[in-house]
Amino acid sequence: EMFMYLLLLFVSHPPLCCSSWWGGVQMGPPDPILGVSEAFKRDTSPKKMNLGVGAYRDDHGKPFVLDCVRKAEALIASKQLDKEYLAIGGLGDFTKSCALLALGADSEVLKSGRNITVQTISGTGSLCVGANFLSRFHSASCDVYLPKPSWGNHTPIFRDAGMQLKAYRYYDPSTCGFDFSGALDDISKMPEKSVIMLHACAHNPTGVDPKPEQWKEIADLKRDLLVFFDMAYQGFASGDIDRDAWAVRHFIEQGHNIVLSQSFAKNMGLYGERVGGFTVVCNDAEEAKRVESQLKILIRPIYSNPPMNGARIAATILNTPDLYKIWLEEVHGMANRIIKMREQLAANLKSEGSTHNWQHVIDQIGMFCFTGLKPEQVERLTKEFSVYMTKDGRISMAGVTSGNVGYLAHGIHAVTK
Amino acid sequence: MSLFGEVPQATPVAVFKLSNDFKEDPNPMKVNLGVGAYRTDEGQPWVLPVVKKVEKIIVADNSLNHEYLPILGLPEFRSSASKIALGEDSPAIQENRVGAVQCLGGTGALKMGAEFLRRWYNGNDNMKTPVYVSAPTWENHNSVFANAGFEDVRPYKYWDAEKRGLDLAGFLGDLETAPKHSIFVLHACAHNPTGTDPTHVEWMQVAEVMKRRKLFVFFDSAYQGFASGCLDKDAWAVRYFVTQGFEMFCAQSFSKNFGLYNERVGNLTIVARDADNVRRVLSQMEKIVRVNWSNPPSQGARLVAITLNTAELFAEWKDNVKTMADRVLLMRASLQAKLQVLGTPGTWDHITQQIGMFSFTGLNPKQVEYMIKERSIYLMASGRINMCGLTTKNIDYVAESIHETVVNVQ
Repeated sequence: EMFMYLLLLFVSHPPLCCSSWWGGVQMGPPDPILGVSEAFKRDTSPKKMNLGVGAYRDDHGKPFVLDCVRKAEALIASKQLDKEYLAIGGLGDFTKSCALLALGADSEVLKSGRNITVQTISGTGSLCVGANFLSRFHSASCDVYLPKPSWGNHTPIFRDAGMQLKAYRYYDPSTCGFDFSGALDDISKMPEKSVIMLHACAHNPTGVDPKPEQWKEIADLKRDLLVFFDMAYQGFASGDIDRDAWAVRHFIEQGHNIVLSQSFAKNMGLYGERVGGFTVVCNDAEEAKRVESQLKILIRPIYSNPPMNGARIAATILNTPDLYKIWLEEVHGMANRIIKMREQLAANLKSEGSTHNWQHVIDQIGMFCFTGLKPEQVERLTKEFSVYMTKDGRISMAGVTSGNVGYLAHGIHAVTK
Repeated sequence: MSLFGEVPQATPVAVFKLSNDFKEDPNPMKVNLGVGAYRTDEGQPWVLPVVKKVEKIIVADNSLNHEYLPILGLPEFRSSASKIALGEDSPAIQENRVGAVQCLGGTGALKMGAEFLRRWYNGNDNMKTPVYVSAPTWENHNSVFANAGFEDVRPYKYWDAEKRGLDLAGFLGDLETAPKHSIFVLHACAHNPTGTDPTHVEWMQVAEVMKRRKLFVFFDSAYQGFASGCLDKDAWAVRYFVTQGFEMFCAQSFSKNFGLYNERVGNLTIVARDADNVRRVLSQMEKIVRVNWSNPPSQGARLVAITLNTAELFAEWKDNVKTMADRVLLMRASLQAKLQVLGTPGTWDHITQQIGMFSFTGLNPKQVEYMIKERSIYLMASGRINMCGLTTKNIDYVAESIHETVVNVQ
């Protein structure tokens, strides 16, 4: 055996042939949203503004760790918990309270136990699980209709899951508002059993939400579509968690058995902890059990079971009355600061002398504002003013502060006058 | 009529069902030798002392927040994790041809590697490229690759049930006959579920065939440090393959060796020909990450990075790892000795020859059923036991039970 050892040691020495397995791998294009942050980091201008990725900033432009989160972390640390694997579906305390938050205390769905809610890797992970679940088990259709426009990552997620991407009219560039008649028209023509993606509140990227009466008409219009709600901003939009979940709850009350993705990245500031949930509203508890078993089969070969830390924090907040109260106040505070910045931006644009109508800046809701800027104007804003945003004219209001809103208004006016 | 009316009830994942059944068993003598998590001699989960220390450091650091990590993960985690696998002085690292992706545990790392290979390995569509996994292997290997789109996941000969050891001839034979460019999933150390690893010479023979036949090397390294108690020793195979010039993947898990199971800490280490190839590969990995989880969880990665990059903490961690490995070695020796004293029929040397958390006892399904039903000792149908489930308090009961089972049930 020693001889073999020496033989192999001397016989098999590098280099191998000089070509690589990966010679044919093309350089992937940078992610349009996260790529903005990278470009921002490289900029040396002292006045630079990052209005790209949707992460909340306080009025000093700093990341904001919620007080209820810090308190929850201290509570958790004192408990000296172990680190044993969670169940595939995640932390029970979390999934229960996650569903309760979305559906409300008097939800008939919760009372009859006909939902299954699993913990996911934040909103993306939830959409990934959902898209793959539908692809596998929703045999009636492989079409998913996204609003035009939608969050950029929706498309590759559904495509990767093997679904066909379609679109319905949503944003009206002439009003910077909701194209209600266009949406109704497109929805009425969707083949039955198609999947339709609806943003529950604070539409990303436009900030344009249907009004309650409009939601009602949409819910009534076509009863045979599979509704997929993406709720990434509950509480963050209006400052009121029940108001922001109104559309979700209304559709369920009207008899739609929806599927729902939730994220706690923004409303609890738990971005990097990856806290989310995926819910399927089923006919009854028995069906929910079957669906649950299949969700586990789907999740296991992706990541086995979800990460504990963020879910534990979220569950602690949701289930501890004192912390829950603080959280509601803090979420209200974040939403309020955004609303104030919208008002200040519009006011500053007026005082800059802009003759354009900037009402949409105030009317739109949530973290993002679809300014209406064209790509060339965006490019100028970036090059000449070091204001970083996505090409579609979307800005993250969270990046606006009382300290820089004047500069921003000045820049926007300069490229649009 | 529901859209989901036809969704069938799926069979539960075996290892978790076993734990469930164990939980519901009222027998005070019950022992759980199922799922692979470390237990102390009191039968309790063990949060490593170094982990507790670092958690306090993190809590006290007000400069830390919960912002998104980059898509590929925490940079200082990725580089230090790869160093652990490849070695501080790895030529590949010095030559700048190593990349890494922080993933959701070992499973996530396998998933990312599988998804990448299906898209980019050996031409653009690898649905038909054979993926070989050992017979037997961790059952989730099959699902990970199948769900990533590989249609042809096959076994390679590995475990010789008769001699209770490695079927080297069978293994090498399958390597020789595998279609060129096939992908092979290799267990870096502490093979799950058999606990049987190739020797150094055997690994060299495997490498020789794989190089000659242009087979792809995909290491699964879930037990580094946990097997022998020594990080470098447990990484020998991975590092040998690097010296042989392979481009390869290594899926790393920090679930066991850091005891961070539920924080989902994993790393996919990529060794390529040169830096340019690494760069392009990572750019495509980002696309795959983005549609699965966007960016990975920060807590566990921070913990590991701080530990690996701080000298005293690193030393303390290695010590904690040795503590776990030593207890397992002690239980192995103890069990084997007791079975010999009892005169249990058969040979039991494999208990001490096997390495890591698991042991393939050789008990057949009927015997396993007997152990569970009559003795409330829970183990996998394959006869796999988790050595960590053994303690000085229950080892006599387990040894006697194995003895009684082997004698009464054929």
